[in-house]
Amino acid sequence: MSPERWTREGHSGEATDTGPPAATAAKPTREQVIAGLRATSEGGADLVQLLTPEGERVSHPDFDIDVTDAQLRDLYRDMVLVRRTDREGNALQRQGQLGIWVPLLGQEAAQIGAGRALKPQDMAFPSYREHGVAWCRGLDPTEVLGIFRGTDHGSWDPMATGFHLYTIVIGNQCLNAAGYAMGQRFDGRVGDDDGEATMVFFGDGATSQGDVHEAMVWAAVYDAPLVFFCQNNQWAISEPTERQSRVPLYQRASGYGFPGIRVDGNDVLASLAVSKWALDECRHGNGPVLVEAFTYRMDAHTTSDDATRYRLADELEAWKLKDPIERLRVHLVREQIAGQDFFDSVEAESDELAARFRDYCFNLTDPPPQRMFSQVYAEQTPQLAEQEREYLRYLDSFADESLAGGVH
Amino acid sequence: MAAPALERPTAPAGTQTVTIAKGLNLGLRAAMERDPKVLVMGEDVGKLGGVFRVTDGLQKDFGEHRVLDTPLAESGIIGTAIGLAIRGYRPVCEIQFDGFIFPGFDQIVSQLAKLHFRSQGRLKMPVVVRVPFGGGIGAVEHHSESPESLFAHIGGLKVVSCSNAVDAYWMLQQAIECDDPVLFFEPKRRYYEKAELDPAAEPAPLFSSRVLRQGSSLTLATYGPMVRTCLEAANAAEEDGHDLEVVDLRTLSPLDLGPVYESVRRTGRLVVVSEAPPEASITSEIATRVQQECFYSLEAPVLRTTGFDTPYPPSKLEEGFLPDLDRVLDAVDRSLAF
Repeated sequence: MSPERWTREGHSGEATDTGPPAATAAKPTREQVIAGLRATSEGGADLVQLLTPEGERVSHPDFDIDVTDAQLRDLYRDMVLVRRTDREGNALQRQGQLGIWVPLLGQEAAQIGAGRALKPQDMAFPSYREHGVAWCRGLDPTEVLGIFRGTDHGSWDPMATGFHLYTIVIGNQCLNAAGYAMGQRFDGRVGDDDGEATMVFFGDGATSQGDVHEAMVWAAVYDAPLVFFCQNNQWAISEPTERQSRVPLYQRASGYGFPGIRVDGNDVLASLAVSKWALDECRHGNGPVLVEAFTYRMDAHTTSDDATRYRLADELEAWKLKDPIERLRVHLVREQIAGQDFFDSVEAESDELAARFRDYCFNLTDPPPQRMFSQVYAEQTPQLAEQEREYLRYLDSFADESLAGGVH
Repeated sequence: MAAPALERPTAPAGTQTVTIAKGLNLGLRAAMERDPKVLVMGEDVGKLGGVFRVTDGLQKDFGEHRVLDTPLAESGIIGTAIGLAIRGYRPVCEIQFDGFIFPGFDQIVSQLAKLHFRSQGRLKMPVVVRVPFGGGIGAVEHHSESPESLFAHIGGLKVVSCSNAVDAYWMLQQAIECDDPVLFFEPKRRYYEKAELDPAAEPAPLFSSRVLRQGSSLTLATYGPMVRTCLEAANAAEEDGHDLEVVDLRTLSPLDLGPVYESVRRTGRLVVVSEAPPEASITSEIATRVQQECFYSLEAPVLRTTGFDTPYPPSKLEEGFLPDLDRVLDAVDRSLAF
């Protein structure tokens, strides 16, 4: 191999059999990228779907579900309100009111379907994008604002709500959920319709993390009542799903010895039906189950991300046609389940919620400096108590000065 | 700081001679008998009884759901222990060797340490992570490290180390009773050293250091496997007419330096001894605080006898890496020469 070959490796046309692999040889063309993305975006033949992108109700031999008209309207309302607060969160970040926002745009059906399948006795372990699941667990949408404004790390009570705190390190929560679900089993709380189950939420990128793999090993060997709910939104910041796996993610479950199902994550009915089935399997002691909700992140990863750098406009346009809210709206109209009055009332409710969401954000107060030192431990350490005393004394010295200054 | 109240008797009545390993075993047994929520989990802790047999016989008596032979993954052990703690259990995780804790480091630092703070106290994390640590057993790589300073650096964790069978018995039970996560470092090369254990005696508080030997010439502060080395050094120094005080730190985070300050104010000299690499360590923390608190009492700078800022060496070199009696005495001589 002559040295000059190395210097030419960037020129793919000049690569030969005996030369080193050309750096650009593996790089697909723009057309190949688009073709590849379109292929994965179809979801495959195993995709469970109950509502087509055109809003038509279809049946499925294994995962059909009976829902009343009222329930359908409720699911629509859930998705609209959750999307509205999500858009407000994005806007508040742009206005400098939030340090960052993590959008869920496009993933409403996956989250509402899964969230509404959970029962009060269940436990949910979110990642950090699960504003829709939070809504279903009865959290007020404002409760997540403190995290992104920087006033707290999570204001809600995980045990009272059955909704664990947001977890930002990718995949950590899967092991915590597996342990919790092991506890449900050790406590003898599985075995019938009223049994308990746990659902853990993570993304396609998280499936590359060791913790997710370990959680699947643990859940399997301890028969934990745990539903792994993977929202495959196609992108882990800028890395596509193909960068995480050579096989469809739901197929990985077979390697751990439990079922894996791919559901249309933009179809709230399918997401609800599959989640209910998976949770029931766990309640009866037949868990764990992996659900891959095949969906799409229509916004950036976070407000710090620029999705236009790595994905193509065609892709976004294609997914817009599968919008989870629009397809249910069309269904409601077509089947005359809801009229304009209903849509108007949801719109009005969403305006009110948005206003309240904004007000709450503007009025969030900064925590007192004592918060830094409180609740680090169940039993405070002498060192920390001393550091707190010293810091407060230091702050007090400024208070005296400002008071003195105010007299002038 | 008050020790958690423990019911007694919790072990076979009467004083008995036990090793550190047996003290730990009896401590675990007592904790498991007292509270059905206490779980033991780790690799090989069940049928085998742990690679050091610390959990010997526990699975036979408490069952597979109280003593979990887990899959082989440290992040999995810690991560599921956290979930079990959220569920109301009190897991005691065994990490087989110090150098294997790093795959579990993420869960310890990112979740275990922070969930109480993050949840504003709503989630308690009563998890104990037992780590046989330190060198001197001629082991291969990753089996002889002293990573305790890494954990002492993390807010939200507590770190302790026992040095004898009596402390092993009591401190482990107290750590299990503690509602905070405790990293429990066990001096593996001392596992089979014996002491008289009286289960009816009053234990010292968990987060407290203790003066093991009184003296007036110089203070030795140490913990874990180096306690015995320092006691031997003090005995040797006595022959040279030097009267050394030895403090067993026992708790590394929070450090209980009150007895050390008091000692240094009397002796004017301090040598801190640890196997761990010295840079940014517990020994540097002690040196800093002692010079802050005892500046006018010091007759010499605080000196340290430690391992080196290297990866742990092949075992044929560990004799040089580990502080021994002579290296401790050398530091004592240097301090006394000031």
